[in-house]
Amino acid sequence: MLTKRIIPCLDVKGGRVVKGVQFLELRDAGDPVEIAERYDLEGADELTFLDITASSDERDTIVDVVRRTAERVFMPLTVGGGIRTVDDIRRLLNAGADKTSINTAAVHNPEFVKEAAERFGSQCTVVAIDARRVSGEKRWEVYTHGGRNSTGIDAVEWAARMEAYGSGEILLTSMDCDGTKNGYDIELTRAVVDAVSIPVIASGGVGNLEHLYDGFTAAGASACLAASIFHYREHTIGEAKDYLRSRGVEVRI
Amino acid sequence: MIAIIDYGMGNLRSVQKAFEKIGFEAVVTDNPKVVLEAEKIVLPGVGAFRDCMHNLEQGGFVETILKVIKEGRPFFGICVGMQLLFTDSTEFGLYNGLNIIPGHVLRFPDQMTVNGEKLKVPQMGWNQISIKNRPPVFKNIEDKSNVYFVHSYYVTPDDSSVVATTTDYGMEFCSSLWKDNIVATQFHPEKSQTVGLKILKNFAEL
Repeated sequence: MLTKRIIPCLDVKGGRVVKGVQFLELRDAGDPVEIAERYDLEGADELTFLDITASSDERDTIVDVVRRTAERVFMPLTVGGGIRTVDDIRRLLNAGADKTSINTAAVHNPEFVKEAAERFGSQCTVVAIDARRVSGEKRWEVYTHGGRNSTGIDAVEWAARMEAYGSGEILLTSMDCDGTKNGYDIELTRAVVDAVSIPVIASGGVGNLEHLYDGFTAAGASACLAASIFHYREHTIGEAKDYLRSRGVEVRI
Repeated sequence: MIAIIDYGMGNLRSVQKAFEKIGFEAVVTDNPKVVLEAEKIVLPGVGAFRDCMHNLEQGGFVETILKVIKEGRPFFGICVGMQLLFTDSTEFGLYNGLNIIPGHVLRFPDQMTVNGEKLKVPQMGWNQISIKNRPPVFKNIEDKSNVYFVHSYYVTPDDSSVVATTTDYGMEFCSSLWKDNIVATQFHPEKSQTVGLKILKNFAEL
């Protein structure tokens, strides 16, 4: 049967992997290609690069990182961050990316998601959603620009709409949980998983291996994304998978 | 020389890089003449069936593919490149394929469930292959190996003897096939780490 996926996420800025706490306070975590190779050896199921470079003149940096990575590792590679045009997608796919994830540009122009899916296929069109809980309610709002701008859009409805527009996967980040190490927002993730028929990747908040287990079971995510627990070698991907298997979650070992 | 057919769909560089990694040169070409000169041919493919078929026709590849297959040259179809070999597909309507392998391409049914969880479509991720009839390109590949899939549609060959492996996703479907000089996989060997590289190496060494 289909196994649950563990996806290390590498936030890349200026050609280096960095990791922020709640979208701020960046710390250097190493060379992206070297880290990608290590995760490949450890048995990562996919890799995600998030380009957190804001300026367009640095876009070539991420294309180069993707190209060098794709020469060394042979597993699916997703790239997100600052993707606004069909040409941005084409350049990343040509460099060796398999999927691109669209975030802010989808909110500004939902038709762009449709265009991307029609041109390159749903399988490589991921929509990334940064969601924040509306205080005291069981409701979440979509944020853009790396979590700075609120949109007033309901995150669960937005996910369903993006599926209708041709997205093949949802990368769902809880901004309340991101960087806290307190675990995923299970309620949010479960609500989105139940609202769409495409795979959902849980993101934001992993601090220990049990959080991954909760992401797969209580939240029903198809894949769990994590950054710092792997970057800072608190756990290897192999340890995460051994743990998940011991608790009855089907993973690839 | 191995030719990878470029008909304007998807990420062909990763297939080429995978061959490079295992020490074989492969050219990505949009020229049918180059394909006619190749010893081995790879037909990759991502995206919608009808667009892929349309681009194959526009690129002048249909005759070329039929010819190299008829001549017995080793031919490898990947993902939609496998589906295109069939009679037709129901993706976005009903579209004719190359009809080299009689059979149909169908969408996974909605509302499949396993252990109470709804199965997502597309199937995206690593799943196991059960080897039914081992083609030479699966030499030294262990039964139940994990390989990487991304697809919403699957093939149903009329002649079940062409099925090389099956995979379970709410149902058992044909995840690779083998007929004479043709081998084709629904999964992506170029994204399946060591197992995938081994399959490509076996193909390159045929």
